[in-house]
Amino acid sequence: MNWLIDFFGNSANWSGPDGIPARLLEHIEFSVVALAFSMIIAIPLGLLIGHTRRGAVLVVVAANAARALPTLGLVVLIVLLVGVGTTWPVLIPLVALAIPPILVNTYEGIRGVDEDLRDAAYGMGLRGGQVLMKVLVPVALPLILLGLRIAAIQVVATATVAAYVGLGGLGRYIIDGLATKDFPSTIGGAVLVALLALIVQLIFSLLQRVMVSPGVSQRVKVR
Amino acid sequence: MGDGEPLVRWDWIGRNWPSVESLLVDHVIMAIVPVVLGLIIALPLGLASVRWRLLYQPTVSVMNVVYSLPSLAVFIVLIPLTGLAERATVIIPLTFYALAVLIPAVVDGLGAVPDHVRQSAVAMGFGPMRRLLQVDLPIAVPVVLAGLRVATVSSISLVSVGALIGRGGLGYLFIDGWQRQFYTPIVVGIVLVTALAVLADGLIILAQRLLTPWARARRSA
Repeated sequence: MNWLIDFFGNSANWSGPDGIPARLLEHIEFSVVALAFSMIIAIPLGLLIGHTRRGAVLVVVAANAARALPTLGLVVLIVLLVGVGTTWPVLIPLVALAIPPILVNTYEGIRGVDEDLRDAAYGMGLRGGQVLMKVLVPVALPLILLGLRIAAIQVVATATVAAYVGLGGLGRYIIDGLATKDFPSTIGGAVLVALLALIVQLIFSLLQRVMVSPGVSQRVKVR
Repeated sequence: MGDGEPLVRWDWIGRNWPSVESLLVDHVIMAIVPVVLGLIIALPLGLASVRWRLLYQPTVSVMNVVYSLPSLAVFIVLIPLTGLAERATVIIPLTFYALAVLIPAVVDGLGAVPDHVRQSAVAMGFGPMRRLLQVDLPIAVPVVLAGLRVATVSSISLVSVGALIGRGGLGYLFIDGWQRQFYTPIVVGIVLVTALAVLADGLIILAQRLLTPWARARRSA
């Protein structure tokens, strides 16, 4: 506990490029960029595979690989292969690890939509694309958001680990603190990362409330 | 990074196998103990949540929060209590991650027991204990084992993060490879961790086949 007071009470930790606000912003920036890239790749792919029901094997492979691949190993290998020095290579493993949960949940969400609902939409004269965007996506939204939430939390965690290969952000406090035996900063960094993960979790719970149609979430009873 | 450095130097593997093997053993212990502990704890907690429904929602909420905490952060926060580079520092958080997956699995599994089956058991004169052991739990096996697969595989891959605090089993190979800018240990580490996960997954699938012979009988009938 004293270590926490040492860390958070030290005014030097609140300003400059190594200060808490700057590191926090960095962490959020990397996470948002990585999440955006993985969304751009995984959501259309998941929609396509779920809607056409082709290429489901890809999803199974992605799901298994995502859990089995060791994060730290992937981060170290990719950065070593691509080259050290700039920030952007470090984002590759973050994107790679965020894709599977988004892809799998988008696919499962679309595939799991009630067959009758899909038929009814076609029966009403909607075309394939319209069925997808107006019926399947809204109904699948809870699962898609769940995938995004898992991915976001994964990205925040992996970005912390990636400080080991030179990424900025809150992980710096942990890695540098361990290297220099500066435990107040290590523990302080860990607490900040944990808080950030909790806030991400909270944001996605709120998004779920705001974005999911009341008819789907059944918060409004239909008689 | 020197040009022309091959991704894998086979002679390195041959020369260093004894140390890789001891890392492997350490890795397996740190990955499996949390899952076993998790299962032992999740069964009574899951049973309690099924029996007293009010308990379930709070348990799940707490577990969701625990699950969202990055492993490295939790390892670090535990260091003052359990020590740097100690197995316990890795095993304790991983036990909680396993619980977060296994408690819902146990609850869902027991919830999957059809009402008519439960009533038949009662009508046949099964007491609560016998019904639990001979009817409810066997029927819950597939769902519980599905959770166990997820928990085991993620536990195996998460152990390697422990290398950053000095105790990560095969994860040490990643640190070693990075510090010497040398691909081989990293590739060996990734391959072994993934292989370990696939192997453990396969063993659980096998266990499920043995524990639920009726599922196979129905399929072939």
